[in-house]
Amino acid sequence: MGVDLDGLSFTIDGTRILRQVSASLPTGSVTGLLGPNGAGKSTLLRVIAGIDKADAGTASLDGITIGSLPRRDAARRIALLEQNAAPSVELTVLEVVLLGRIPHRTKLMGSFSGEEDRAVAFDALEAVGAGTLADRSWHTLSGGQQQRVQIARAMAQQPSLMLLDEPTNHLDVSAQLSLLGQVRELGVTAIMALHDLNLAAAYCDHILMLDGGLLVASGAPAEVLTPEIIGAVYGVDCFILKHPRGGHPVIVYSAAS
Amino acid sequence: MTRARYLAWLVAATSALILVCGVAVTIGPAAVSLAQVAGSIAAHIGLATEPVPILIDSIVWQLRLPRVLTAALVGAGLALSGAVMQSVTRNPLADPYLLGLSSGASVGAVCVVILGIGFILPAAAFLGALLALVATLSIAKAGGTITPVRAVLAGLAIAQLAGALTSFIIFWAAKGDSYREILNWLLGSVAGATWSSVAIAATAVAAVGTGILLSATRLDAFAFGDTSAASLGIHVTRTRWALLGAVALLTGAMVAVSGSIGFVGLILPHLVRGVSGPGHRRLLPLVAVFGGLFLVIADTLARTAFEPRELPVGIITAFIGVPVFILLIKRKKSHLWA
Repeated sequence: MGVDLDGLSFTIDGTRILRQVSASLPTGSVTGLLGPNGAGKSTLLRVIAGIDKADAGTASLDGITIGSLPRRDAARRIALLEQNAAPSVELTVLEVVLLGRIPHRTKLMGSFSGEEDRAVAFDALEAVGAGTLADRSWHTLSGGQQQRVQIARAMAQQPSLMLLDEPTNHLDVSAQLSLLGQVRELGVTAIMALHDLNLAAAYCDHILMLDGGLLVASGAPAEVLTPEIIGAVYGVDCFILKHPRGGHPVIVYSAAS
Repeated sequence: MTRARYLAWLVAATSALILVCGVAVTIGPAAVSLAQVAGSIAAHIGLATEPVPILIDSIVWQLRLPRVLTAALVGAGLALSGAVMQSVTRNPLADPYLLGLSSGASVGAVCVVILGIGFILPAAAFLGALLALVATLSIAKAGGTITPVRAVLAGLAIAQLAGALTSFIIFWAAKGDSYREILNWLLGSVAGATWSSVAIAATAVAAVGTGILLSATRLDAFAFGDTSAASLGIHVTRTRWALLGAVALLTGAMVAVSGSIGFVGLILPHLVRGVSGPGHRRLLPLVAVFGGLFLVIADTLARTAFEPRELPVGIITAFIGVPVFILLIKRKKSHLWA
């Protein structure tokens, strides 16, 4: 069970973005999706979410092929957090989180954001430590708070899989650490595209390394984050140390000569 | 805002609309009392009342009431159109007038009027609005992504072209007072409204209005853009075109009875969102009522401010709408315009 990717390929305008990506990720695990810019990380997340249709291969969640699910059903199981999302109108934090209830509403009018939806939304805000922000305007929040609220919105979808596209982008160090800690605590199966290899090493159970749409390595952080693989994919020299407390790999880059 | 407070707003605004419509019918060169307005309406819908003088009755029933009701319905339709367009294009500047739909609808309408096949007027106006919408969005998209400013520039080009076409067609077929006719189509006017105008506008507002109200949740889902809407279970492309098609239909019907009236669809959603919040189930009913209220007041000003001369109502909506819009631009933070 969990997430199974089987030979996923995706092409836009004749350019192959994903080539035969296969992986198996257990329920409740946190997976880091790594790779240089343009490696296909965001596309892979969109394909897993069922927003873009794969040319070949399937992604399945708990044994169900995601592509065969109606969009609403997929949205009840999978939440996707985009990079740098911003609303086009003024919204309060609670209104943003309530958006996550949309896939659970009855088809036409639905309820007038009923009590149940509000309860789920408040629980989700509490879960990310943002319970006090409910009435604030979205645009007045810091970057870290906005990302937390986005995660609360995703939680309100009550998904069994959460996909996050560079959730730590533009956050300061402490906000990055607390955000990723939060994702781990949620206990939901998560796949997140990350740029920072050290964050991935510290917070992920599993790493998928993409390069040019190809899955070049997959496994525990210590197996994937080696000087050989990092050198081949990113073209940089590095040493791997062991974190004195966590025991996970710490990547130290050599300056470019 | 609590539900009770929202409902209080809705009831108050609807009552105000009914009252303002009644008062608007009393205003004009011939003095008519509110009681006579009520009496005339009651007599025509079959309620036995004291008879109203025949002259007063025909002023109320044949002239002023159809005009006031048309203004109310057109205001509601344009405000709804603007609200939907702003949401599905994520463009705070979207409006049937600024994006060229109204001008496109005018071309379609003028064509069939000139050809003497006026009975297909709403259909022709719808087709014109739809073509203009597709043209505007295609031009805006030609250079990559559609930003609000690109869409408005493309809409400006289409509106200018459609305006020139409308004027050309009227001149070419000139009979009688073509200047006044051109002005009425380009600036918008409900001066010639009849009961059939009311019927066209009412059918469109009721049918399309119901459809978009049933799509309120889907409209909400567009707040964070296409990817986010898709991840919330919305079929983005299908939903967007269905809703834009509905807007073209509504705008077409409004233009068929009133020409292209600007700024109602642009400013009303911004003002009403301040009261209702951004959720569409609350925004849409309230914006329709306030749109109607706004246009009835504007049209009453248009026909009385410079008596005995009468302005096309679009001049009034621009005089009121532009300063309000400038205030909105100054107040809105830059993040909404990116």
